[in-house]
Amino acid sequence: MKSLTKFMDSFGAILLAIIWISPLLFAFWAATHSTSDAVNLNVFSPWTLDNFRVAWAGAPWLKYFINTFMLVTVILIGQFFLTTLAGFAFAQLQFPGKDFVFILVLMQLFILPEVLIVENYAMISRLGLFDTILGVGMPYMASAFGIFLMRQAFKGVPIELHEAARIEGCGLLGILWRVYVPLAKPTYLAYALVSVSTHWNNFLWPLIVTNSPETRPLTVGLSIFGAPENGVDISVISAATLMSVAPLLIAFLIFQRQFVQAFLRAGIK
Amino acid sequence: MSAHANLERRRQAIYGWLLLSPAAVLLTLFAFYPSVATLWSSLFSRGTRRKPTEFVGTENYAELFADPTFWIVVKNNLLYAGITIPVSIFIALSMALWANGKIRARGFVRTAYFTPTVLPMIAAANLWLFFYTPGLGVLDQIGSLFGLPSVNWLGQPETALWAIIIVTIWKEAGFFMIFYLAALQTIPADLKEAADIEGASRWTYTRRIVLPLLMPTTLFIAVNAMINSVKLIDHLFILTKGGPSDASKLILYYIYEMAFAFFDAPSAAAMTMMVIGVLGIVAAVQFLYLDKRTHYQ
Repeated sequence: MKSLTKFMDSFGAILLAIIWISPLLFAFWAATHSTSDAVNLNVFSPWTLDNFRVAWAGAPWLKYFINTFMLVTVILIGQFFLTTLAGFAFAQLQFPGKDFVFILVLMQLFILPEVLIVENYAMISRLGLFDTILGVGMPYMASAFGIFLMRQAFKGVPIELHEAARIEGCGLLGILWRVYVPLAKPTYLAYALVSVSTHWNNFLWPLIVTNSPETRPLTVGLSIFGAPENGVDISVISAATLMSVAPLLIAFLIFQRQFVQAFLRAGIK
Repeated sequence: MSAHANLERRRQAIYGWLLLSPAAVLLTLFAFYPSVATLWSSLFSRGTRRKPTEFVGTENYAELFADPTFWIVVKNNLLYAGITIPVSIFIALSMALWANGKIRARGFVRTAYFTPTVLPMIAAANLWLFFYTPGLGVLDQIGSLFGLPSVNWLGQPETALWAIIIVTIWKEAGFFMIFYLAALQTIPADLKEAADIEGASRWTYTRRIVLPLLMPTTLFIAVNAMINSVKLIDHLFILTKGGPSDASKLILYYIYEMAFAFFDAPSAAAMTMMVIGVLGIVAAVQFLYLDKRTHYQ
Protein backbone atom coordinates (compact mmCIF):
# COMPACT_ATOMS: atom_id res chain seq x y z
CA MET A 1 0.00 0.00 0.00
CA LYS A 2 2.69 2.39 0.98
CA SER A 3 4.78 1.62 -2.07
CA LEU A 4 1.70 2.06 -4.24
CA THR A 5 1.05 5.60 -2.99
CA LYS A 6 4.72 6.30 -3.41
CA PHE A 7 4.54 5.09 -6.99
CA MET A 8 1.42 7.17 -7.65
CA ASP A 9 3.20 10.22 -6.25
CA SER A 10 6.16 9.80 -8.53
CA PHE A 11 3.86 9.05 -11.45
CA GLY A 12 1.70 12.13 -10.88
CA ALA A 13 4.66 14.41 -10.31
CA ILE A 14 6.49 13.25 -13.41
CA LEU A 15 3.35 13.35 -15.55
CA LEU A 16 2.72 16.95 -14.51
CA ALA A 17 6.37 17.78 -15.15
CA ILE A 18 6.14 16.39 -18.68
CA ILE A 19 2.94 18.32 -19.33
CA TRP A 20 4.63 21.43 -17.96
CA ILE A 21 7.63 21.36 -20.28
CA SER A 22 5.78 19.94 -23.28
CA PRO A 23 5.24 23.37 -24.89
CA LEU A 24 9.00 23.86 -24.80
CA LEU A 25 9.66 20.34 -26.10
CA PHE A 26 7.22 20.78 -28.97
CA ALA A 27 8.79 24.08 -29.88
CA PHE A 28 12.16 22.37 -29.93
CA TRP A 29 10.73 19.61 -32.08
CA ALA A 30 9.12 22.07 -34.48
CA ALA A 31 12.24 24.21 -34.70
CA THR A 32 14.43 21.28 -35.67
CA HIS A 33 12.15 19.82 -38.36
CA SER A 34 10.62 21.02 -41.58
CA THR A 35 7.16 22.55 -41.13
CA SER A 36 5.25 19.67 -42.66
CA ASP A 37 7.15 17.07 -40.63
CA ALA A 38 6.63 19.12 -37.48
CA VAL A 39 2.91 19.45 -38.02
CA ASN A 40 2.42 15.77 -38.80
CA LEU A 41 4.51 14.79 -35.77
CA ASN A 42 6.48 12.50 -38.05
CA VAL A 43 8.84 10.86 -35.57
CA PHE A 44 11.31 9.52 -38.13
CA SER A 45 11.67 12.69 -40.16
CA PRO A 46 15.14 14.16 -40.57
CA TRP A 47 16.48 16.88 -38.28
CA THR A 48 17.39 20.26 -39.69
CA LEU A 49 18.74 23.62 -38.63
CA ASP A 50 17.24 25.44 -41.60
CA ASN A 51 14.54 27.06 -39.47
CA PHE A 52 17.15 28.75 -37.33
CA ARG A 53 18.91 30.00 -40.45
CA VAL A 54 15.68 31.39 -41.89
CA ALA A 55 14.67 32.94 -38.57
CA TRP A 56 18.08 34.53 -38.02
CA ALA A 57 18.01 36.07 -41.49
CA GLY A 58 14.46 37.34 -41.00
CA ALA A 59 15.12 40.06 -38.42
CA PRO A 60 18.02 42.03 -36.93
CA TRP A 61 18.31 39.62 -33.99
CA LEU A 62 21.85 40.55 -33.12
CA LYS A 63 20.74 44.16 -32.71
CA TYR A 64 17.78 43.02 -30.60
CA PHE A 65 20.08 40.93 -28.40
CA ILE A 66 22.42 43.86 -27.90
CA ASN A 67 19.47 46.15 -27.12
CA THR A 68 18.07 43.77 -24.53
CA PHE A 69 21.51 43.33 -23.03
CA MET A 70 22.03 47.09 -22.86
CA LEU A 71 18.57 47.58 -21.41
CA VAL A 72 18.97 45.13 -18.55
CA THR A 73 22.44 46.52 -17.83
CA VAL A 74 21.28 50.13 -17.74
CA ILE A 75 18.35 49.23 -15.50
CA LEU A 76 20.51 47.18 -13.17
CA ILE A 77 23.15 49.90 -12.77
CA GLY A 78 20.45 52.49 -12.12
CA GLN A 79 18.69 50.25 -9.64
CA PHE A 80 21.86 49.37 -7.74
CA PHE A 81 22.82 53.01 -7.42
CA LEU A 82 19.43 54.38 -6.43
CA THR A 83 18.28 51.58 -4.18
CA THR A 84 21.59 51.38 -2.33
CA LEU A 85 21.44 55.07 -1.39
CA ALA A 86 17.76 55.09 -0.56
CA GLY A 87 17.84 51.75 1.22
CA PHE A 88 20.70 52.93 3.39
CA ALA A 89 18.93 56.16 4.26
CA PHE A 90 15.82 54.25 5.29
CA ALA A 91 17.74 51.61 7.23
CA GLN A 92 20.36 53.56 9.17
CA LEU A 93 19.59 57.27 9.27
CA GLN A 94 17.12 59.20 11.37
CA PHE A 95 15.54 62.19 9.71
CA PRO A 96 12.19 63.96 9.83
CA GLY A 97 9.63 62.76 7.30
CA LYS A 98 11.28 59.36 6.95
CA ASP A 99 8.25 57.26 7.85
CA PHE A 100 5.96 59.25 5.63
CA VAL A 101 8.29 58.93 2.63
CA PHE A 102 8.70 55.24 3.29
CA ILE A 103 4.94 54.71 3.11
CA LEU A 104 4.90 56.61 -0.19
CA VAL A 105 7.60 54.26 -1.48
CA LEU A 106 5.67 51.21 -0.34
CA MET A 107 2.63 52.49 -2.20
CA GLN A 108 4.58 52.23 -5.42
CA LEU A 109 4.77 48.48 -4.85
CA PHE A 110 1.12 48.35 -5.77
CA ILE A 111 0.84 51.13 -8.32
CA LEU A 112 2.60 49.09 -10.96
CA PRO A 113 4.53 50.86 -13.71
CA GLU A 114 2.43 48.77 -16.12
CA VAL A 115 -0.73 50.54 -15.01
CA LEU A 116 0.70 54.01 -15.56
CA ILE A 117 1.77 53.39 -19.16
CA VAL A 118 -0.20 56.32 -20.56
CA GLU A 119 1.20 59.03 -18.31
CA ASN A 120 4.67 57.51 -18.23
CA TYR A 121 4.68 57.56 -22.00
CA ALA A 122 3.82 61.26 -21.90
CA MET A 123 6.59 61.82 -19.35
CA ILE A 124 9.19 59.99 -21.43
CA SER A 125 8.21 62.00 -24.50
CA ARG A 126 8.45 65.23 -22.52
CA LEU A 127 11.95 64.28 -21.39
CA GLY A 128 12.88 63.61 -25.01
CA LEU A 129 13.65 59.98 -24.26
CA PHE A 130 11.13 58.39 -26.60
CA ASP A 131 12.65 55.49 -28.54
CA THR A 132 15.82 55.37 -26.46
CA ILE A 133 17.06 52.55 -24.28
CA LEU A 134 17.33 54.94 -21.35
CA GLY A 135 13.66 55.80 -21.86
CA VAL A 136 12.70 52.14 -21.66
CA GLY A 137 14.72 51.62 -18.50
CA MET A 138 14.13 54.81 -16.54
CA PRO A 139 10.71 54.13 -14.99
CA TYR A 140 12.07 50.95 -13.41
CA MET A 141 15.22 52.36 -11.84
CA ALA A 142 13.80 53.72 -8.60
CA SER A 143 12.21 50.40 -7.79
CA ALA A 144 10.27 50.44 -4.52
CA PHE A 145 10.81 46.73 -4.34
CA GLY A 146 14.58 47.22 -4.58
CA ILE A 147 14.60 49.98 -1.98
CA PHE A 148 12.67 47.75 0.38
CA LEU A 149 15.01 44.85 -0.29
CA MET A 150 18.18 46.86 0.33
CA ARG A 151 16.70 48.40 3.45
CA GLN A 152 16.10 44.93 4.85
CA ALA A 153 19.61 43.83 3.94
CA PHE A 154 21.23 46.89 5.52
CA LYS A 155 19.15 46.56 8.67
CA GLY A 156 20.75 43.17 9.24
CA VAL A 157 24.25 44.66 9.43
CA PRO A 158 25.51 44.75 13.05
CA ILE A 159 25.75 48.32 14.37
CA GLU A 160 29.17 47.51 15.92
CA LEU A 161 30.72 47.37 12.44
CA HIS A 162 29.23 50.75 11.66
CA GLU A 163 30.59 52.22 14.91
CA ALA A 164 34.01 50.65 14.39
CA ALA A 165 34.32 52.11 10.92
CA ARG A 166 33.30 55.51 12.24
CA ILE A 167 35.90 55.42 14.98
CA GLU A 168 38.47 54.58 12.33
CA GLY A 169 37.52 57.90 10.74
CA CYS A 170 35.36 56.65 7.91
CA GLY A 171 32.72 59.08 6.55
CA LEU A 172 29.12 58.06 6.09
CA LEU A 173 29.48 57.27 2.40
CA GLY A 174 32.72 55.45 3.13
CA ILE A 175 30.93 53.30 5.71
CA LEU A 176 28.18 52.57 3.21
CA TRP A 177 30.69 51.59 0.54
CA ARG A 178 33.16 49.65 2.72
CA VAL A 179 30.89 48.02 5.29
CA TYR A 180 27.30 47.79 4.10
CA VAL A 181 27.69 47.11 0.39
CA PRO A 182 30.15 44.19 0.76
CA LEU A 183 27.99 42.60 3.45
CA ALA A 184 24.88 42.82 1.29
CA LYS A 185 26.47 40.95 -1.63
CA PRO A 186 24.02 38.00 -1.55
CA THR A 187 21.11 40.43 -1.67
CA TYR A 188 22.65 42.24 -4.64
CA LEU A 189 23.09 38.95 -6.44
CA ALA A 190 19.50 37.92 -5.75
CA TYR A 191 18.21 41.31 -6.82
CA ALA A 192 20.31 41.21 -10.00
CA LEU A 193 18.94 37.82 -11.03
CA VAL A 194 15.35 38.87 -10.41
CA SER A 195 15.83 42.22 -12.14
CA VAL A 196 17.58 40.79 -15.19
CA SER A 197 15.05 38.05 -15.75
CA THR A 198 12.15 40.47 -15.25
CA HIS A 199 13.44 43.01 -17.72
CA TRP A 200 14.78 40.51 -20.21
CA ASN A 201 11.16 39.32 -20.45
CA ASN A 202 9.35 42.65 -20.22
CA PHE A 203 7.16 43.51 -23.17
CA LEU A 204 4.32 46.02 -22.84
CA TRP A 205 6.31 49.10 -21.84
CA PRO A 206 9.15 48.53 -24.37
CA LEU A 207 6.47 48.00 -27.04
CA ILE A 208 5.09 51.45 -26.26
CA VAL A 209 8.29 53.47 -25.99
CA THR A 210 10.36 51.92 -28.77
CA ASN A 211 9.72 52.55 -32.41
CA SER A 212 12.76 51.36 -34.32
CA PRO A 213 15.03 48.31 -34.65
CA GLU A 214 17.76 50.47 -33.11
CA THR A 215 16.19 50.32 -29.65
CA ARG A 216 13.71 47.46 -29.78
CA PRO A 217 14.42 44.65 -27.28
CA LEU A 218 14.08 40.95 -28.07
CA THR A 219 10.53 40.49 -26.81
CA VAL A 220 9.17 43.28 -29.00
CA GLY A 221 11.24 42.06 -31.95
CA LEU A 222 9.93 38.56 -31.45
CA SER A 223 6.32 39.69 -31.35
CA ILE A 224 6.76 41.63 -34.59
CA PHE A 225 8.57 38.72 -36.23
CA GLY A 226 5.82 36.28 -35.29
CA ALA A 227 2.89 38.55 -36.18
CA PRO A 228 0.41 36.72 -38.42
CA GLU A 229 0.64 39.50 -41.00
CA ASN A 230 4.19 38.39 -41.69
CA GLY A 231 3.01 34.89 -42.53
CA VAL A 232 6.00 33.18 -40.95
CA ASP A 233 5.41 29.47 -40.48
CA ILE A 234 5.30 27.73 -37.14
CA SER A 235 8.70 26.02 -37.37
CA VAL A 236 10.46 29.30 -38.02
CA ILE A 237 8.55 31.04 -35.20
CA SER A 238 9.54 28.21 -32.86
CA ALA A 239 13.17 28.58 -33.91
CA ALA A 240 13.06 32.35 -33.31
CA THR A 241 11.36 31.84 -29.94
CA LEU A 242 13.96 29.34 -28.79
CA MET A 243 16.76 31.61 -29.97
CA SER A 244 15.47 34.54 -27.99
CA VAL A 245 14.89 32.61 -24.77
CA ALA A 246 18.11 30.59 -25.05
CA PRO A 247 20.51 32.86 -23.12
CA LEU A 248 18.27 33.20 -20.08
CA LEU A 249 17.13 29.58 -20.22
CA ILE A 250 20.68 28.23 -20.42
CA ALA A 251 21.78 30.54 -17.62
CA PHE A 252 18.86 29.30 -15.58
CA LEU A 253 19.63 25.63 -16.19
CA ILE A 254 23.24 26.14 -15.13
CA PHE A 255 22.59 28.38 -12.12
CA GLN A 256 19.25 26.89 -11.19
CA ARG A 257 19.87 26.86 -7.46
CA GLN A 258 20.95 30.51 -7.42
CA PHE A 259 17.92 31.53 -9.46
CA VAL A 260 15.48 29.81 -7.14
CA GLN A 261 17.25 31.20 -4.06
CA ALA A 262 17.18 34.66 -5.62
CA PHE A 263 13.45 34.61 -6.25
CA LEU A 264 12.86 33.31 -2.75
CA ARG A 265 15.03 35.92 -1.09
CA ALA A 266 13.41 38.64 -3.14
CA GLY A 267 9.91 37.39 -2.48
CA ILE A 268 9.94 36.54 1.15
CA LYS A 269 11.55 39.64 2.60
CA MET B 1 26.88 67.67 24.61
CA SER B 2 23.39 68.66 23.51
CA ALA B 3 24.88 70.92 20.87
CA HIS B 4 26.83 67.95 19.62
CA ALA B 5 23.72 65.76 19.49
CA ASN B 6 21.92 68.53 17.66
CA LEU B 7 24.68 68.74 15.08
CA GLU B 8 24.59 64.99 14.61
CA ARG B 9 20.84 65.05 14.11
CA ARG B 10 21.07 67.80 11.53
CA ARG B 11 23.87 65.95 9.76
CA GLN B 12 21.75 62.81 9.57
CA ALA B 13 18.76 64.74 8.22
CA ILE B 14 20.85 66.32 5.49
CA TYR B 15 22.48 63.03 4.54
CA GLY B 16 19.15 61.22 4.68
CA TRP B 17 17.47 63.54 2.23
CA LEU B 18 20.53 63.72 -0.01
CA LEU B 19 20.74 59.95 -0.26
CA LEU B 20 17.05 59.72 -0.89
CA SER B 21 16.84 62.44 -3.50
CA PRO B 22 17.83 60.51 -6.66
CA ALA B 23 15.26 57.82 -5.95
CA ALA B 24 12.72 60.44 -4.89
CA VAL B 25 13.12 62.33 -8.16
CA LEU B 26 12.57 59.23 -10.28
CA LEU B 27 9.69 57.98 -8.15
CA THR B 28 8.05 61.37 -8.49
CA LEU B 29 8.56 61.43 -12.25
CA PHE B 30 7.34 57.88 -12.90
CA ALA B 31 4.96 57.01 -10.09
CA PHE B 32 3.56 59.90 -8.07
CA TYR B 33 3.23 62.59 -10.69
CA PRO B 34 1.74 60.14 -13.27
CA SER B 35 -0.79 58.94 -10.69
CA VAL B 36 -1.96 62.47 -10.00
CA ALA B 37 -1.85 63.36 -13.69
CA THR B 38 -3.99 60.32 -14.47
CA LEU B 39 -6.59 61.42 -11.94
CA TRP B 40 -6.47 64.95 -13.35
CA SER B 41 -6.86 63.94 -17.00
CA SER B 42 -9.66 61.55 -16.15
CA LEU B 43 -11.71 64.60 -15.17
CA PHE B 44 -11.28 66.45 -18.46
CA SER B 45 -12.86 65.90 -21.86
CA ARG B 46 -10.98 64.63 -24.85
CA GLY B 47 -9.78 67.67 -26.77
CA THR B 48 -10.38 67.96 -30.48
CA ARG B 49 -9.17 70.62 -32.85
CA ARG B 50 -12.37 72.57 -32.60
CA LYS B 51 -13.22 71.89 -28.99
CA PRO B 52 -10.43 72.29 -26.45
CA THR B 53 -10.35 70.07 -23.38
CA GLU B 54 -12.62 71.18 -20.59
CA PHE B 55 -13.43 70.06 -17.10
CA VAL B 56 -16.21 67.48 -17.18
CA GLY B 57 -16.10 66.04 -13.68
CA THR B 58 -17.07 62.39 -13.59
CA GLU B 59 -18.44 62.34 -17.13
CA ASN B 60 -15.64 60.11 -18.42
CA TYR B 61 -16.46 57.62 -15.73
CA ALA B 62 -20.17 57.76 -16.55
CA GLU B 63 -19.35 57.25 -20.21
CA LEU B 64 -17.21 54.26 -19.34
CA PHE B 65 -19.99 52.74 -17.26
CA ALA B 66 -22.33 53.14 -20.22
CA ASP B 67 -19.87 51.40 -22.54
CA PRO B 68 -20.87 47.74 -22.96
CA THR B 69 -17.30 46.77 -23.93
CA PHE B 70 -16.08 48.06 -20.58
CA TRP B 71 -18.39 45.67 -18.77
CA ILE B 72 -17.36 42.76 -20.98
CA VAL B 73 -13.73 43.53 -20.18
CA VAL B 74 -14.42 43.81 -16.44
CA LYS B 75 -16.30 40.51 -16.51
CA ASN B 76 -13.46 38.88 -18.44
CA ASN B 77 -10.90 40.15 -15.97
CA LEU B 78 -12.94 38.95 -13.01
CA LEU B 79 -13.18 35.50 -14.55
CA TYR B 80 -9.47 35.64 -15.38
CA ALA B 81 -8.65 36.47 -11.76
CA GLY B 82 -11.27 34.13 -10.35
CA ILE B 83 -9.83 31.14 -12.19
CA THR B 84 -6.09 31.85 -12.38
CA ILE B 85 -5.67 32.75 -8.69
CA PRO B 86 -7.14 29.61 -7.03
CA VAL B 87 -6.06 27.19 -9.75
CA SER B 88 -2.46 28.32 -9.89
CA ILE B 89 -2.28 28.31 -6.07
CA PHE B 90 -3.67 24.78 -6.00
CA ILE B 91 -1.28 23.54 -8.69
CA ALA B 92 1.65 25.32 -7.03
CA LEU B 93 0.83 23.61 -3.76
CA SER B 94 0.58 20.19 -5.38
CA MET B 95 3.86 20.80 -7.18
CA ALA B 96 5.57 21.80 -3.96
CA LEU B 97 4.25 18.82 -2.00
CA TRP B 98 5.52 16.53 -4.75
CA ALA B 99 8.82 18.28 -5.28
CA ASN B 100 9.41 18.21 -1.53
CA GLY B 101 8.55 14.53 -1.15
CA LYS B 102 10.68 11.49 -1.80
CA ILE B 103 9.90 10.93 -5.45
CA ARG B 104 11.87 9.76 -8.43
CA ALA B 105 13.59 12.25 -10.75
CA ARG B 106 13.05 15.08 -8.27
CA GLY B 107 15.60 17.38 -9.89
CA PHE B 108 13.99 17.01 -13.29
CA VAL B 109 10.53 17.56 -11.83
CA ARG B 110 11.53 20.77 -10.06
CA THR B 111 13.27 22.15 -13.12
CA ALA B 112 10.29 21.33 -15.33
CA TYR B 113 7.88 23.10 -12.99
CA PHE B 114 9.98 26.20 -12.62
CA THR B 115 11.14 26.64 -16.22
CA PRO B 116 8.12 28.63 -17.52
CA THR B 117 8.97 31.31 -14.95
CA VAL B 118 12.15 32.34 -16.78
CA LEU B 119 10.47 32.56 -20.20
CA PRO B 120 9.04 35.84 -21.47
CA MET B 121 5.26 35.85 -21.77
CA ILE B 122 5.66 36.61 -25.48
CA ALA B 123 7.75 33.49 -25.98
CA ALA B 124 5.29 31.46 -23.90
CA ALA B 125 2.49 32.67 -26.16
CA ASN B 126 4.46 31.57 -29.24
CA LEU B 127 4.97 28.13 -27.71
CA TRP B 128 1.27 27.78 -26.96
CA LEU B 129 0.29 28.98 -30.40
CA PHE B 130 1.63 25.66 -31.61
CA PHE B 131 -0.85 23.92 -29.32
CA TYR B 132 -3.88 25.99 -30.16
CA THR B 133 -3.66 26.51 -33.94
CA PRO B 134 -6.69 24.86 -35.53
CA GLY B 135 -5.95 21.91 -37.79
CA LEU B 136 -2.19 21.96 -37.29
CA GLY B 137 -1.98 22.47 -33.54
CA VAL B 138 -1.04 19.76 -31.07
CA LEU B 139 -4.43 19.85 -29.32
CA ASP B 140 -6.24 19.23 -32.59
CA GLN B 141 -3.84 16.45 -33.51
CA ILE B 142 -4.49 14.73 -30.20
CA GLY B 143 -8.22 15.32 -30.61
CA SER B 144 -8.23 13.83 -34.09
CA LEU B 145 -6.71 10.62 -32.69
CA PHE B 146 -9.96 10.24 -30.78
CA GLY B 147 -12.04 11.33 -33.73
CA LEU B 148 -12.87 14.76 -32.30
CA PRO B 149 -13.52 17.63 -34.71
CA SER B 150 -11.03 20.47 -35.14
CA VAL B 151 -11.55 23.30 -32.67
CA ASN B 152 -10.46 26.89 -33.19
CA TRP B 153 -9.49 27.45 -29.55
CA LEU B 154 -8.38 31.03 -29.99
CA GLY B 155 -10.91 31.99 -32.63
CA GLN B 156 -14.20 31.38 -30.88
CA PRO B 157 -15.61 33.46 -28.02
CA GLU B 158 -16.42 30.45 -25.83
CA THR B 159 -12.84 29.19 -25.58
CA ALA B 160 -10.53 32.16 -26.27
CA LEU B 161 -10.40 33.46 -22.70
CA TRP B 162 -9.89 29.95 -21.34
CA ALA B 163 -6.97 29.43 -23.69
CA ILE B 164 -5.47 32.63 -22.28
CA ILE B 165 -6.14 31.52 -18.70
CA ILE B 166 -4.34 28.21 -19.23
CA VAL B 167 -1.20 29.97 -20.47
CA THR B 168 -1.22 32.26 -17.42
CA ILE B 169 -1.59 29.35 -14.99
CA TRP B 170 1.19 27.49 -16.78
CA LYS B 171 3.41 30.55 -16.47
CA GLU B 172 2.89 31.40 -12.80
CA ALA B 173 2.29 28.09 -10.98
CA GLY B 174 5.98 27.10 -10.98
CA PHE B 175 6.93 30.51 -9.63
CA PHE B 176 4.51 30.20 -6.73
CA MET B 177 5.72 26.66 -6.09
CA ILE B 178 9.12 27.83 -4.88
CA PHE B 179 7.54 29.86 -2.08
CA TYR B 180 5.61 26.81 -0.92
CA LEU B 181 8.76 24.70 -1.22
CA ALA B 182 10.66 27.09 1.00
CA ALA B 183 7.84 27.15 3.53
CA LEU B 184 7.53 23.36 3.55
CA GLN B 185 11.18 23.05 4.40
CA THR B 186 10.68 25.08 7.56
CA ILE B 187 8.07 22.66 8.95
CA PRO B 188 9.83 20.63 11.66
CA ALA B 189 10.14 16.91 10.92
CA ASP B 190 8.91 15.93 14.42
CA LEU B 191 5.41 17.13 13.52
CA LYS B 192 5.30 14.46 10.85
CA GLU B 193 6.66 11.88 13.31
CA ALA B 194 4.10 12.82 15.93
CA ALA B 195 1.32 12.55 13.35
CA ASP B 196 2.60 9.13 12.31
CA ILE B 197 2.70 7.91 15.90
CA GLU B 198 -0.84 9.12 16.42
CA GLY B 199 -1.76 7.14 13.34
CA ALA B 200 -2.97 10.17 11.40
CA SER B 201 -3.42 9.57 7.71
CA ARG B 202 -1.39 11.52 5.21
CA TRP B 203 -4.46 13.46 4.20
CA THR B 204 -5.19 14.42 7.82
CA TYR B 205 -1.59 15.45 8.33
CA THR B 206 -1.67 17.61 5.21
CA ARG B 207 -5.02 19.19 6.01
CA ARG B 208 -4.58 19.72 9.75
CA ILE B 209 -0.89 20.55 10.00
CA VAL B 210 0.69 21.43 6.67
CA LEU B 211 -2.03 23.64 5.22
CA PRO B 212 -2.48 25.83 8.34
CA LEU B 213 1.28 26.28 8.60
CA LEU B 214 1.39 27.29 4.93
CA MET B 215 -1.35 29.90 5.39
CA PRO B 216 0.96 32.94 5.47
CA THR B 217 2.63 31.72 2.27
CA THR B 218 -0.75 31.21 0.65
CA LEU B 219 -1.77 34.77 1.48
CA PHE B 220 1.50 36.13 0.11
CA ILE B 221 1.02 34.15 -3.09
CA ALA B 222 -2.63 35.18 -3.35
CA VAL B 223 -1.68 38.87 -3.29
CA ASN B 224 0.93 38.26 -5.98
CA ALA B 225 -1.54 36.28 -8.08
CA MET B 226 -4.03 39.12 -7.73
CA ILE B 227 -1.50 41.64 -9.00
CA ASN B 228 -0.62 39.25 -11.84
CA SER B 229 -4.25 39.04 -12.89
CA VAL B 230 -4.02 42.75 -13.69
CA LYS B 231 -0.51 42.70 -15.07
CA LEU B 232 -0.11 39.54 -17.13
CA ILE B 233 -1.55 40.43 -20.52
CA ASP B 234 1.44 40.16 -22.87
CA HIS B 235 0.23 36.88 -24.36
CA LEU B 236 -2.96 38.56 -25.57
CA PHE B 237 -0.88 40.43 -28.13
CA ILE B 238 0.20 37.14 -29.73
CA LEU B 239 -2.70 34.82 -29.12
CA THR B 240 -5.97 36.71 -29.50
CA LYS B 241 -5.48 40.49 -29.46
CA GLY B 242 -8.45 40.53 -27.11
CA GLY B 243 -10.77 38.95 -29.66
CA PRO B 244 -12.87 37.46 -31.01
CA SER B 245 -15.38 40.26 -30.41
CA ASP B 246 -13.71 41.26 -27.11
CA ALA B 247 -14.23 37.78 -25.63
CA SER B 248 -10.69 37.61 -24.24
CA LYS B 249 -9.98 41.31 -23.68
CA LEU B 250 -8.59 42.22 -20.26
CA ILE B 251 -8.55 45.62 -18.56
CA LEU B 252 -4.90 46.53 -19.03
CA TYR B 253 -5.09 45.54 -22.70
CA TYR B 254 -8.19 47.70 -23.09
CA ILE B 255 -6.36 50.63 -21.47
CA TYR B 256 -3.51 50.11 -23.92
CA GLU B 257 -5.94 50.03 -26.84
CA MET B 258 -7.84 53.09 -25.65
CA ALA B 259 -4.68 55.12 -25.27
CA PHE B 260 -2.52 53.97 -28.16
CA ALA B 261 -4.99 52.72 -30.78
CA PHE B 262 -8.08 54.91 -30.25
CA PHE B 263 -6.17 57.86 -28.76
CA ASP B 264 -8.86 58.31 -26.13
CA ALA B 265 -6.63 59.35 -23.24
CA PRO B 266 -9.41 60.51 -20.84
CA SER B 267 -11.18 57.12 -20.98
CA ALA B 268 -7.87 55.34 -20.53
CA ALA B 269 -7.15 57.57 -17.54
CA ALA B 270 -10.55 56.90 -15.99
CA MET B 271 -10.00 53.17 -16.35
CA THR B 272 -6.49 53.45 -14.97
CA MET B 273 -7.86 55.23 -11.91
CA MET B 274 -10.23 52.36 -11.27
CA VAL B 275 -7.42 49.84 -11.52
CA ILE B 276 -5.33 51.92 -9.12
CA GLY B 277 -8.32 52.00 -6.78
CA VAL B 278 -8.62 48.24 -6.79
CA LEU B 279 -4.87 47.76 -6.32
CA GLY B 280 -5.00 50.30 -3.49
CA ILE B 281 -7.67 48.24 -1.74
CA VAL B 282 -5.55 45.11 -2.15
CA ALA B 283 -2.59 47.01 -0.69
CA ALA B 284 -4.60 48.35 2.23
CA VAL B 285 -5.98 44.92 3.05
CA GLN B 286 -2.51 43.47 2.97
CA PHE B 287 -0.95 46.17 5.13
CA LEU B 288 -3.70 46.45 7.68
CA TYR B 289 -5.02 42.97 7.95
CA LEU B 290 -2.76 40.31 6.53
CA ASP B 291 0.54 41.65 7.80
CA LYS B 292 -0.59 41.14 11.38
CA ARG B 293 -1.41 37.54 10.76
CA THR B 294 1.45 36.57 8.50
CA HIS B 295 4.35 37.74 10.60
CA TYR B 296 4.46 35.01 13.15
CA GLN B 297 6.99 32.86 11.26
